[in-house]
Amino acid sequence: MMQPQVRTPTVGIDGVEHEARLHELWDTSPGWKGFLTTVDHKEIGIRYIITAFVFLALGGTEALLMRLQLAGPNLTLLTPEQYNQLFSTHGMTMIFLYASPILSGFSNYLWPLLLGSRDMAFPRLNALSYWIYLAAGLFLYAGFVTGNGPNDGWFNYVPYASRDFNPGLNEDFYALGMVFLGISTTVGAANFVVTAFRTRAPGMSINRLPILVWGTLTASVANLIVVPAVSLAFFLLWMDRQFGTHFFDTAGGGQPLLWQHLFWIFGHPWVYAIVLPAMGMVSDGLPVFCRRPLVGYSLVALSTVATMIFGFGVWVHHMFATGLPGLGLAFFSGASIAIVVPSAVAVFAWIATIRLGRPVITTAFLFFSSMILLFVIGGVSGFMTASVPVDLQLTDTYFVVAHLHYVLIGINVFPVVGATYFWFPKMTGRFLDEKLGRWNFWTMFIGFNLAFLPMHLTGLLGMPRRVYTYADYGGWGALNLITSIGSFVFAAGAMLLFFNVIKSLKSGAIAGKNPWDAPTLEWSVPSPPPAYNFAVIPTVASRHPLWENRIGGDGALSSLDRGMMLDHGKETIATSALDAEPDMVLEMPHDSFAPLILAVGLSALFVGLLLKMWMLTGIGGAIAAFAILLWLWPTTDLREREPAHG
Amino acid sequence: MVETIVSAPADLPVGPVRRHGIGWWGVGTLIASEGALFAYLLFAYYYTGATAPAGWLLEPSPALKLALPNTVLLLLSSLAAWCGEQGILKRGRARALFGFGLAFVMGAVFVAVQGIEWRSKSFGIGTSSYSSLYFVTTGFHIAHVIVGLAVLLAIFGWTALDYFSPRRRLVVSAGVLYWHFVDAVWLFVFATYYLTPYLGFGR
Repeated sequence: MMQPQVRTPTVGIDGVEHEARLHELWDTSPGWKGFLTTVDHKEIGIRYIITAFVFLALGGTEALLMRLQLAGPNLTLLTPEQYNQLFSTHGMTMIFLYASPILSGFSNYLWPLLLGSRDMAFPRLNALSYWIYLAAGLFLYAGFVTGNGPNDGWFNYVPYASRDFNPGLNEDFYALGMVFLGISTTVGAANFVVTAFRTRAPGMSINRLPILVWGTLTASVANLIVVPAVSLAFFLLWMDRQFGTHFFDTAGGGQPLLWQHLFWIFGHPWVYAIVLPAMGMVSDGLPVFCRRPLVGYSLVALSTVATMIFGFGVWVHHMFATGLPGLGLAFFSGASIAIVVPSAVAVFAWIATIRLGRPVITTAFLFFSSMILLFVIGGVSGFMTASVPVDLQLTDTYFVVAHLHYVLIGINVFPVVGATYFWFPKMTGRFLDEKLGRWNFWTMFIGFNLAFLPMHLTGLLGMPRRVYTYADYGGWGALNLITSIGSFVFAAGAMLLFFNVIKSLKSGAIAGKNPWDAPTLEWSVPSPPPAYNFAVIPTVASRHPLWENRIGGDGALSSLDRGMMLDHGKETIATSALDAEPDMVLEMPHDSFAPLILAVGLSALFVGLLLKMWMLTGIGGAIAAFAILLWLWPTTDLREREPAHG
Repeated sequence: MVETIVSAPADLPVGPVRRHGIGWWGVGTLIASEGALFAYLLFAYYYTGATAPAGWLLEPSPALKLALPNTVLLLLSSLAAWCGEQGILKRGRARALFGFGLAFVMGAVFVAVQGIEWRSKSFGIGTSSYSSLYFVTTGFHIAHVIVGLAVLLAIFGWTALDYFSPRRRLVVSAGVLYWHFVDAVWLFVFATYYLTPYLGFGR
């Protein structure tokens, strides 16, 4: 049969027959087979979110154990080695297994819905990215539960991490696990970049993108470029430890600072990668509850990108105390201070949006708006440590711990919980309980500030971080007790979220298509959305397709009910990168075992490397190669080859 | 624009046509990330060399006798792969098979010569930071060449099965692009390890 190479897409309106046809084409088959092979971005997104919240709970439990140990001076609840593994695993879990994957989860679920598409650009790659995340998370935790967790802090400096000082398998688990996890992050980032540029609804030009898309896109471009730095650093560390190379040890002419450079060249852009998408959630969610568009859309979008561009040039502010030349420090200090400007743009835009709007106080609003306050506090303490002399005084004290928790909990966890309240109705068709939500918010907000605001003082009083117990110098004991109490209150607040989710899944009030009367495309489809998302592809004429009748503009109206039908196969539309003009009909892949097989093969390969079981490594590699061949084999379905032959 | 799209939709290509398709963007992101990896490897070389005491290089004047012709060979293999791609474009299947086959053989010879080069070194991977960097960086490159060879082999096989036409051949162009990348990145590795010592770096 000849396949047409060009087609004029049929334009029409939605209908029962049309929907049944799309359902047939798009729905994942039920049962275990569908579970293992699905490439539906919504299913993958929810898996990401659940897995990341499980890691959040694990990391939180580790934190509570440490807070028990630190609740008073001279306690010996934990041994120094246990404490080392706990704080290292806590950092690894929160930063690598929660903070980034949770945002990938939301973006995976939301992007095609925000963009008016039927799936991500590379659905199978999306599945792969989840499976590898899961496998790498299990790999890293396998180390921890067997007593081989990382024990050198999440940034893992040499020579502590070198074999001479750390002979167990701890650092090998961490090193190989991080290389493994890097594959997931990288392929996920590639998927986001191509999706943002190529699979938007017609008419959604680049200046009509929701800010969440700007945030995740910026983070993904950065991840694509900087993740190789940390993967390489961990690989070289593993080589040093197991094969006698001399990258980091001075005995063989190696350079210990090379570790810090490679780590922070990755590490600082990464910090922005785990907050920019969350800031995007606030930029998109907050205006809905202020009943007006975001103030300064273009400035916020551009400052998102500008933050990351600055973010590439600030890594040495983590290394001010290492004895680098003064001129270098001055440059990096200047860049770190200048980054305040794009960050402040977003803050002022949010405040102006609240001031000029008519705020409706919901739980989501409380989480989003309180984030502004926490961001300012975390920003100011960051600004302080950007100054070299101040940093020399404060580095490696609890001041830095307080700063990074304000930044990461304030700009990641609070927006994420707000986003859960905001988008839960879309994902499940039910509201989260608002009354419980208020308890959830106030417990978390009070607990968090109780725990971490006094910690600034603990640091200013000179208490060093990462020491398992302490003597009661000048008030450290009382401050630490307050922090420990606050952390348990905060944890109780977080438990309320999980409780609310479980309760509301069964008995939450039913939410319709657009329960918050929000302006963007995800609210134009049923809750939860059908497998194909959009029965007809929407055509977009403004930034707020669902608010066009009331906020005016140039008068052009989006077309949501009438559009391209695209029901000849599993199809969606590709558009041009900047203007989003229709460009081609994309044939989308069906559910596939290839991503899972590839992830299993790679898991075997990494376990083989860890245990130096070269046979297993070889088998894993062979399985992976087979999966890739299966995956890339050109098919007529995807129009990758001619049908007449072969 | 809304009006035009909804009332008078235009003809659109279905699936990837020529180089035009999202797979091309996918390979682009892969190359960006892999390019960054090599940038960090070379950064590690320059940073370690710049902060090391004099005499860091174990080979102050690296021998070019094998490395230079091998570099030329690898660059010519890119030309061969390009000829293969042109064969697909001109519906000349024999020419395409010849191009991909020749590129494969040239790439395989490059790997073999690299093996000889490794053996001829007077130092091992654990001798010093310089030797570790040398073997790991060139090792990463050899690994990429081997992946590229597998890609060429797949394209060769699929061409033999007559899968492609001048319009439906994104897979070929993307694979050849990856091969060009593998070759181009060698120039940076080669210049760093074989030429900068003559400029005095790390001596």
